[in-house]
Amino acid sequence: MSEHTLDARGLNCPLPILKAKKALKAVPTGEILEILSTDPGSVADFGAFCNQTGNELVSSNQDGDVYKFEIRHTA
Amino acid sequence: MADDSNAKTMTIICTKGTLDWAYPPFILATTAAAMGLDVNMFFTFYGLNLLQKKLDLKISSLGNPGMKMPMMGMHMSMPNIVSTIPGVDAAATKMMKNLIKSKGVASIEELREMAVEAEVKMVACQMTLDLFEYTPDDLIDGPELGGAATYIEMAAKSDINLYM
Repeated sequence: MSEHTLDARGLNCPLPILKAKKALKAVPTGEILEILSTDPGSVADFGAFCNQTGNELVSSNQDGDVYKFEIRHTA
Repeated sequence: MADDSNAKTMTIICTKGTLDWAYPPFILATTAAAMGLDVNMFFTFYGLNLLQKKLDLKISSLGNPGMKMPMMGMHMSMPNIVSTIPGVDAAATKMMKNLIKSKGVASIEELREMAVEAEVKMVACQMTLDLFEYTPDDLIDGPELGGAATYIEMAAKSDINLYM
């Protein structure tokens, strides 16, 4: 478990991205933010978010209805 | 904000003032800002509704066959003759707001607040204020006033320009 976690379960587009952007600000550079989401669209969107912003998408997994992303704050 | 970086920029002309059409501009503006773009929104005609201090946005099913609401396991659009009955738009608006809430979709108030927080630049159309007899006091704090030339200047140096 990362020590920085954002629970975006139940939220719909674009809230997971907006909240992740906010949460990343509190994550020191180089450390990882873990995000939980139930929005299937967030799989493509977190990929796009990281491509555009330069943050690193370390992992993207699905566990039942919950999607888990790990983003390293690099940008 | 736009002057001190190489960030990509986006402008959106916001022309519509209904609850449903309030979403695309605010969703894209907040998301673009979160992705590092400098965003300018220009509010004109009915789009000016979106800057009112107290939002009172409604939808209408009249002349809108594309609006199919999930109901009893089906999707139903409203015949125009029903849409004209007093109270039907109010009911449809209420139904939409309930759906928004139950699906974890942000409210327009919430998205607008996030846009302001993310330093999205907003410009209210001066001519629209004059035309519909509004004053800047009717609007939230923050938007600047401007006209067509103000928008064109922003758009001419912007990477993405959208009309909604």
